[in-house]
Amino acid sequence: MLSLTIREVSLALREGRISPTELCRKCLNRIRKTQHLNAYITVTEELALKQAEEAETRLLQGAPKGPLDGIPFAVKDNFCTENIKTTCASRMLKDYTPPYNATVVQKLLDQGAVLMGKTNMDEFAMGSGSTDGAFGPVRNPWSYTAPYREQTGTAPDSDWVVTGGSSGGSAAAVASLTSYLALGSDTGGSTRNPGALCGVVALKPTYGLLSRHGLIPLVNSMDVPGIMTRSVSDAAIVLGILQGLDFRDSTTIPTPSSLTELPEDFDVKNIRIGIPKEYHAPGLSDETVAQWSRVADMFERAGARVEQVSLPHTQHSIVCYHVLCHAEVASNMARFDGLEYGHRSTVDSSTEAMYATTRHEGFNDVVRGRILSGNYFLLRQNYQHYVVKAQKVRRLIADDFKRVFGSGVDMLLTPTTLTDAACYSDFTQEDNRTRSAQEDIFTQPVNMAGLPAVTVPTALSRRGLPIGLQLIAPNLQDEKLLRVAQWIEQRVGFPSITDCGDSSESRNSTGMTKREQTSAL
Amino acid sequence: MGSTETKRCLVFILGTLGKPVPDDLSAPQQLVGVVGLEIHAQINSNTKLFSGSSVRFSAPPNSLVSFFDASLPGTLPVLNKRCVEAAVMTGLALSCTINRKSLFDRKHYFYADLPAGYQITQQRRPIAIDGVLTYSLLGGKKRSQVIRKTVNIKQIQLEQDSGKSLHDDLRSQTLIDLNRAGVGLMELVMEPDMSCGEEAAAAVRELQLILQALGTCQGNMSEGQLRVDANVSVHKPGEPLGVRSEVKNINSIRYLARAIDYEIQRQIDVLQRGGTVQNETRAYDSKSGETVPMRDKEGLQDYRFMPEPNLPPLIVYEDNASLPTGVEACQAVVVQKIREGLPELPSVKRDRLVQTYGILPEHSFTLVNEDGLVEYFEAVLKATKKEPRKVIGWVTNELMGHLKQQDMSVSQSPVSPSALAELLDLQETGHISSSVAKQVFQEMWRSAGKTAPQIIKEQDLGLVSDTAQLHSICQKVVDEHPDAVHAIRNGNKKVLNKLMGLVQKETKGRADPVLVRAILQEKTS
Repeated sequence: MLSLTIREVSLALREGRISPTELCRKCLNRIRKTQHLNAYITVTEELALKQAEEAETRLLQGAPKGPLDGIPFAVKDNFCTENIKTTCASRMLKDYTPPYNATVVQKLLDQGAVLMGKTNMDEFAMGSGSTDGAFGPVRNPWSYTAPYREQTGTAPDSDWVVTGGSSGGSAAAVASLTSYLALGSDTGGSTRNPGALCGVVALKPTYGLLSRHGLIPLVNSMDVPGIMTRSVSDAAIVLGILQGLDFRDSTTIPTPSSLTELPEDFDVKNIRIGIPKEYHAPGLSDETVAQWSRVADMFERAGARVEQVSLPHTQHSIVCYHVLCHAEVASNMARFDGLEYGHRSTVDSSTEAMYATTRHEGFNDVVRGRILSGNYFLLRQNYQHYVVKAQKVRRLIADDFKRVFGSGVDMLLTPTTLTDAACYSDFTQEDNRTRSAQEDIFTQPVNMAGLPAVTVPTALSRRGLPIGLQLIAPNLQDEKLLRVAQWIEQRVGFPSITDCGDSSESRNSTGMTKREQTSAL
Repeated sequence: MGSTETKRCLVFILGTLGKPVPDDLSAPQQLVGVVGLEIHAQINSNTKLFSGSSVRFSAPPNSLVSFFDASLPGTLPVLNKRCVEAAVMTGLALSCTINRKSLFDRKHYFYADLPAGYQITQQRRPIAIDGVLTYSLLGGKKRSQVIRKTVNIKQIQLEQDSGKSLHDDLRSQTLIDLNRAGVGLMELVMEPDMSCGEEAAAAVRELQLILQALGTCQGNMSEGQLRVDANVSVHKPGEPLGVRSEVKNINSIRYLARAIDYEIQRQIDVLQRGGTVQNETRAYDSKSGETVPMRDKEGLQDYRFMPEPNLPPLIVYEDNASLPTGVEACQAVVVQKIREGLPELPSVKRDRLVQTYGILPEHSFTLVNEDGLVEYFEAVLKATKKEPRKVIGWVTNELMGHLKQQDMSVSQSPVSPSALAELLDLQETGHISSSVAKQVFQEMWRSAGKTAPQIIKEQDLGLVSDTAQLHSICQKVVDEHPDAVHAIRNGNKKVLNKLMGLVQKETKGRADPVLVRAILQEKTS
């Protein structure tokens, strides 16, 4: 039951094969048993059961609110949730309880979806491994599957792989079957990257299609709420519910079409798939290249036109992304001064001293580093040289995509990440900045241009870990993007984690270890 | 202080009239002041610039604070249309170019009453630019000459107000009130086209009247609805501008003039002593009448401006025809519609008063510049048969004199327009003399509520027209002043006025002047 898709479990609920409270209990139970993954920062057990009971009443009356009524979901801990702690995995907000719900959270609640908890992440979404949060790293559920363990031959505690990030907790929640859908945020790839590494479908919609109201920002001009599900058609259902104008977010745009269910059949004949040559980047694994070719060939065999295209400014994207990201981070983080909310240092010799120690104590090195460099870029004498230049390159990158799509290419097919997930011990050999530059290489140009993109899991690597491919569409072509993604999904035969001898549940019962105390607090 | 102020401005005014005063001849390279103003006008709106919280003065602390105003993480700004319309209207009234597209920026600095750590403002492309404010000064020997001047408006930008910090030095605590945080401001930047306190004061007064007429700002300086910072420097005419200081903490127009004139004189003194003027921020201390250096914000600030990413460009449309499809007129800011709704501006009102009532231009200034005085004047006219040109003196001299003496506003006047009209009619119909009328007015002022006829009756101030009584008083005066009588008989008819004055003195101004003149003429012929 837990490994079903939303569409399947929704049907099961309507048919009375399971009740929302039973489903909720199963998920809560599963959360307990997979605690070692560290996917959740807060589990909202009481609230979840209450919501499930309400959903049950509606279902019994034959009046469900919609396809999500009674469906358990998880939310990344940078979306505000009313009266539920929202920490951004930071000491700065470790006890912060917002008085309101983010628009996207509210929309899910309004549909009767059942909130299981808030998921772990990199502090303030700054990272690509979900290893740099105040509550410790998130473990990839695939670390505990038979193929991976047989291949490594070691105990998972010593050799687990990262989820990717920064929405690693959300990806782990969906992959480990504790939630049917999860919200992530995607600024440079933070939803698609962990989606690919954890083997789930992860959608980054067109910028402006989903409201950012209540999403604690990383980079306002690139942040988009991301959707993680186990199937493309589930992602389409959720997108249909979440999209639309929100008067609280002035950057939202009207919905181009009201998304209904995706058709089962989609003919890719005559569509044009672009393969950007610049995405053959150094460090790209053979296995990922093989998957990329495999799917490209599938398209070709089905009658699609697959052609090489060029996005010449791609190589400059990551550097410019970092300049713009850090500049906005410096600005967005200015509000955390310990006065109105959040951590406040006990040092109070002067207001300035209080600010300084509050921010020193509250933020980790990554956040502080970005604030420092961001403020440097924004200085009067540097602004033209860094920020304006980066904005100009950003425009060139967006124009690259425009040109390719303008030439008749319908969609781009690329890898999502360079390789499958790295071991935690390997991943942490490099600093956050280096890792972000490597991990976001294929994902952040899309954010620079505001385009919709989705990652679809295609196969397991030799190590038994998921590999995903990314599809990129022109602005507001989210629906078409999902149709093509579903076409891939239907043909690649990506295995369910339950078919891979997932042992994450049995771990505690066999008494291997208790949950490792990784929390920084 | 007061006398130097008057003197320096007088110098200036005469100078502009082409009559250099002796001082200028002996020292042609005299230092003169240069004044520019930055004015923050609180937009008169129900809600704040980017949030739905109410705007109200003196509400309980932190009672008007939305999540956005407190900068709760995840909140976003939503632009208030009313504030945009107010800025456009103000821009139109000041002959500005309205930018069809303007942008918002973040200005960063850490301060306890700035919760987000930045202010949203319009640094790169403000809503309105290149305007002009026309104002007038009264100059000339009797200060009865209206001198028209202009000051260029560089720009009007929309921005957020900050909260308020209340420092409790005793407990070394700072308390923060965020009621004001996020209230919409129009920052008007005036070019350094003024040269003394009086000019700046006149310009600000005119701006205040315009804003009040438009209803875009209530303009009350003491409540902080209008905040004026003055950039002051001195130089020799024709030479580059000097180093300027910025004078803050000015909360009335009177203090504005004083602060600027003090600062000009201070800078002149510094330079004449061989010193240099510092580029600094100074605060005006109204008690001492001086400007003093403010604790500096650790030298030069770098505000690290960047575009506000959460607000799309602000687009206003010229007219309904230029609205793109999909944008409805009720959602858009349409300049044409605002232009059509512009009310009568103060300068137009003055011209209308001069033309309608035949009063002098300087009187129209007094009327318009004083809150409620035009309405008072017109109410008196409605109730009296007296000509406007005869009423105006009563309003601008008697009424204003009494009000000023007691620092009262027109609305606080104990003598209502109808009461004054009644008094003026009594004079007009010959029941009392003009001097008695003034006496009665004073009495009406002192004992509010008493009518003119009551006072005249109680104090027996009615005109004495008993011929026999007047004959005997006139005879007494004639007898006591043989020299005067002699002069009149020798043809100096003007001396008769002296005798008339003496008769009025005897009768405490109550004698019917027409009768008295006839009797005296008869007795001195």
